[in-house]
Amino acid sequence: MFELENAKTTQGLRRIAIDPVSRVEGHGKVTLLLDEQNKIHQARLHIVEFRGFEIFIKGRPYWEVPVTVQRLCGICPVSHQLAACKAMDAIIGAKQLTPTAEKLRRLMHYGQLVQSNAVHFYHLASPDLLLGFDCEPTQRNIIGVAMKYPDIAKQGILIRKYGQEVIRHTAGKRIHGTGAIPGGVNKALTAAERDELKKDLPQLIEWAQGGVELVERYFEANPAFFNSFGLFESSMMGMVREDGALDIYHGDLRVKDAKGEPIIDRFNYETYTQVLREEVKPWSYMKFPYIEKLGPEKGWYKVGPLARLQTCDFIPSPLAEAARQKMLAIGNDQPVHSTLSYNWARIIEVLHGLEVIQDLLDDPDVLGKDLTVKGERQEEGIGVIEAPRGVLIHHYKVNEDDQVTMCNLIVSTTHNNQAMNTAIRSVAMQFLDGRVISEGLLNHIECAIRAYDPCLSCATHALGKMPLQVELDDAEGQCLSLLRRDSSGRVHMSDIHDD
Amino acid sequence: MNSENTFIIDGTPIPFEPDQTVLQAALKAGVFIPHLCFYPGLKPNGNCKLCTVVINGRHTSACTTLARSGIEVENNTPALHDKRRLLLQMLFVEGNHFCPGCEKSGNCQLQALAYDLEMMTPHFNHFFQNRKVDVSHPEAFLDMNRCVACGLCVQASSEIDKKNVFALSGRGIASHVVINTPSGKLGDSDFALSDKAASVCPVGAILPKRRGFAVPIGQRLYDDLPISSQTEFLTTREA
Ligand code: SF4
Ligand code: FES
Repeated sequence: MFELENAKTTQGLRRIAIDPVSRVEGHGKVTLLLDEQNKIHQARLHIVEFRGFEIFIKGRPYWEVPVTVQRLCGICPVSHQLAACKAMDAIIGAKQLTPTAEKLRRLMHYGQLVQSNAVHFYHLASPDLLLGFDCEPTQRNIIGVAMKYPDIAKQGILIRKYGQEVIRHTAGKRIHGTGAIPGGVNKALTAAERDELKKDLPQLIEWAQGGVELVERYFEANPAFFNSFGLFESSMMGMVREDGALDIYHGDLRVKDAKGEPIIDRFNYETYTQVLREEVKPWSYMKFPYIEKLGPEKGWYKVGPLARLQTCDFIPSPLAEAARQKMLAIGNDQPVHSTLSYNWARIIEVLHGLEVIQDLLDDPDVLGKDLTVKGERQEEGIGVIEAPRGVLIHHYKVNEDDQVTMCNLIVSTTHNNQAMNTAIRSVAMQFLDGRVISEGLLNHIECAIRAYDPCLSCATHALGKMPLQVELDDAEGQCLSLLRRDSSGRVHMSDIHDD
Repeated sequence: MNSENTFIIDGTPIPFEPDQTVLQAALKAGVFIPHLCFYPGLKPNGNCKLCTVVINGRHTSACTTLARSGIEVENNTPALHDKRRLLLQMLFVEGNHFCPGCEKSGNCQLQALAYDLEMMTPHFNHFFQNRKVDVSHPEAFLDMNRCVACGLCVQASSEIDKKNVFALSGRGIASHVVINTPSGKLGDSDFALSDKAASVCPVGAILPKRRGFAVPIGQRLYDDLPISSQTEFLTTREA
């Protein structure tokens, strides 16, 4: 049993629900149980998501699936498309793609990494980093950053746009394209498109380096806060290629424990069902995956930028690897676990993504015209990639009439379920326990969740407009007071008296 | 221009040849009239009513009305577009049209018309009907979720392929496509991908298997030009 997952008794406790209204595929809500002294007895993140897709994909022809499943997400659709395509490659027996197809898919995927991480870093996280957690919520957004640090805001917007352009030239559209198909890709890259993408790269790489330095300075100014915020230790899972380097498109999975020691040095992701299990808890629709041999209490792990930068042996691009070394140094030979380091890892990955894109664009293979292969038809396919938010597993069975008969998806946010719950419990104990709840304090909780960049409606928060309602209820569920942030970002507090 | 062989659409004279319908003559002259169930080379069947125009004050289908000298046709008017949009909306809610995951997207005449007529919402409640998917044929699959009962496959199969693979069954809102085999399965018919019936479906109801999204975005039929600017293509494609 995890501490703070279940209060010993709910008798006499008040309930606070942070209930963001979801826009994307998930609906997330945090509930806290407090006693008279505002001591926290229970903290949970509940999420509802995805189950529908696994059901309605059944019976559909397999070639349709990569395009349909990317609608799971408006922020990282490319990841779902590619994971599904890798699974469907297996279905049609396309063991080895043509060099052009694989490199164009990589280009698309690194473009996605750059755009998604840039949105998160510049639009969602930078307001907290640059303006402070307790900054007036109406200002604590990208607009606030743009007023105070116009250059940084502009760089963030342009880096993101560049990532989207890479996607557009490879997938056909910036969002929800169709570029990757079972067995390869449908679109060749023209020399003109390549040249257009090459043009701005040196400038963008310089800006991404600036972003890395921004976090480094932030850390140096306040190492104690940075290291302790939402700190908890956990195992980590990430993808590595044969030589141990970080690879977000293809490789084995590696799991390390909180001290950085390997739990499983590498396993072929096609064997994931033998390694991972998923636990169901009555209070959340999202399952809790864990490493089977360690059990649910010890076997949970985190995924995503911070996890993969520390499960790999090195980043295979020089600037990003140098930046990674600097980040690792703060751990004094121990892995870095603080929640804010996620943002550090994320901007290092933006830099890495841009470096990889540069290498790919210099490779003549990307202009090739040999786009698809196929082989002997199989009944089952598993595709795994590192989505911007972490390991993403797609698993399908297809009958001989080409219809999907089984679909299992384990998305990054699900892998991070236990980690996010642990993070909010850590923040709740550190900052909220025993104090009167205020909006600024609640933002600490949101910030801990946001560090994992879950696919909730966080995107809307970029404009400081995520309507948010926090209710303070007594144990009978009677609402005592209400803190409400409306869609203009204004916060209202009202006490509810019943006389 | 011989005024004996012309008529007027929205003030513009349109030449025609004997036996041409208003729709055929208009398309030939580069004037677009929205349509879904007309295909060059097949007999006009008047099923969809999207080509409804006003001729000498009376509503009628342009695809089944023979061109005559001197008639005055209203086509491009807000009132007619409202009606056509309504028909499209009814088609969208009656079937299960999920463009985001449909491989016909970008090549689909229903979708192209909806874009062209600026249909912004389905307006009506969806029926969410439980329609059949037939995967029994080794080369083609049928997804009746997307069928708009235009009847083109029925005609192509009987008039051109001489196979009678498809038929329309039921009446009114219950009318739907069936396969002329005892099992009702396409796989038990002599349908082949090379049949004309395999290529006339305006939506994604009859599709070759395993081809999926082979054509990239940007190179699909209606990516560059709206359907209303593609009259030449619409007259020269042959069933
Ligand atoms: S299957 Fe296609 S061609 Fe046949 S009636 Fe339905 S929509 Fe028309
Ligand atoms: S095209 Fe005239 S009724 Fe369908």
